Amino acid sequence: MDKSEIINVSGMRPEKGKYVLPFLKGLAYTLKNFFSKPVTLQYPTQKTKRSERWRGLHRLNVDESGKLLCVACGLCAAICPPKAITIIPYEDEGGTRYPEKFVIDELRCIFCGFCQEVCPKGAISLTGVYDYVDYNRRDFIFDIEKLKKPETFEFKGK
Amino acid sequence: MIDFFIIPVIKVIILFTVCLLIVAYTTWAERKILGHIQLRYGPMRVGWHGLLQPIADGIKNFFKEEVIPDNADKAVFLLAPVISISVAIILLAIIPFGEPFTIFGKKITLWLANPSIGILFILGFATLGSYGTILGGWSSGNKYGYMGGLRASAMILSYELSLAFAVISIIMMTGSLSLVDMVSAQHGLWNVVKQPVAFFVFLISGTAELNRTPFDMPEAESELCCGYNVEYSSMKFALFFLAEYTHMFVFASLVTTLFLGGWHGPFLPGIVWFFIKTFAIIFVCIWVRATFPRLRYDKVMKLEWKFLLPVALANVIVTGAVMALV
Repeated sequence: MDKSEIINVSGMRPEKGKYVLPFLKGLAYTLKNFFSKPVTLQYPTQKTKRSERWRGLHRLNVDESGKLLCVACGLCAAICPPKAITIIPYEDEGGTRYPEKFVIDELRCIFCGFCQEVCPKGAISLTGVYDYVDYNRRDFIFDIEKLKKPETFEFKGK
Repeated sequence: MIDFFIIPVIKVIILFTVCLLIVAYTTWAERKILGHIQLRYGPMRVGWHGLLQPIADGIKNFFKEEVIPDNADKAVFLLAPVISISVAIILLAIIPFGEPFTIFGKKITLWLANPSIGILFILGFATLGSYGTILGGWSSGNKYGYMGGLRASAMILSYELSLAFAVISIIMMTGSLSLVDMVSAQHGLWNVVKQPVAFFVFLISGTAELNRTPFDMPEAESELCCGYNVEYSSMKFALFFLAEYTHMFVFASLVTTLFLGGWHGPFLPGIVWFFIKTFAIIFVCIWVRATFPRLRYDKVMKLEWKFLLPVALANVIVTGAVMALV
């Protein structure tokens, strides 16, 4: 904090009987505030800007044809500190692996971002969505369908 | 028949609805202005910029549970909000809102009654209104409520004096107790120019009479957790609040009538000037509330007995001397 920003209250106490000028000063200050723009935001409709690196809800990335990039290697599930990720892999006839089930328990997740760092395919990334709300705990267990579109779960009011 | 019944009834209906609507929206204005002074928006969700907020609050209060505490003196407990609100609304009857006009050959006055004792009526009933506060606090069977009631009685005993003395100097200059005569007497020069000391004494002790910050002794959220109305819930609580804001409206219109020349003003019609001045005074009340912290209880009493009352008395003496000499 800059030295000039420190307000020394005890030094500003007026002499006995000299209260009128400070009163007028106070009134002028509040009137100035009244005509200046409020600093608050109307939250669900207006939001502050998130950092590019903000770690919010997970997204499973897809390629151009809409197929998941994930190959179900299980690295993210292995590195996940609270063990929030569950993967059931599947291998088709051609030997291509993909996840049959990819479930993230968003209530267990600590949003450390290790999964997106460890992923060799860049298949999982954390988005800027930070205010998902719902009515019961079951809704916080995200399957592949929900993980594909986390942006739609942003809280926008009613 | 028309003169004695129909016109007064129409006037009562209009006065009642318009004034209560204004009072309801004063709560909205207070929240908005306080919000903007504190660099936030205030109510924004219900309607455009929260314009339907008073209606939503009314509906909410109406459907809340009514609780009567076991310790309460039930009859007085139920009576207190009724006294508060009814006395506050009675005061509206003799406020002169504008100059009389003629329609269909009939002279319509913009006041409901013009008793020759106008200002005495107002002072008497305004003091009666604080019985609601006092009885409400004492009958709740709650220590905070009791303290609030005690403080309300102390406030009314002290600040009524300087209020009355400020009014006396105006009565001396007008030579009449009627509010309409007082407004007519200010045709050339407003009383605020002739009597600036009385104006400030009236403004300060009026704010104290209204129990508003910085003199909100009976409520004092941080000391008494809302004081006299702590046990009240639902519509009874809303009635106390409505009474408080009605008193504020009456106080603002009294300041307008006594000191700011009532309906007098250039270009615009009288009633518009009246409401402009009244709303300006209401804004000042809210502005003062947003600026000053609550005074300590002994300081409030000191301000009245050692400062406002002597000043008001001296003002009466000086006014009398000047009137005798000139």
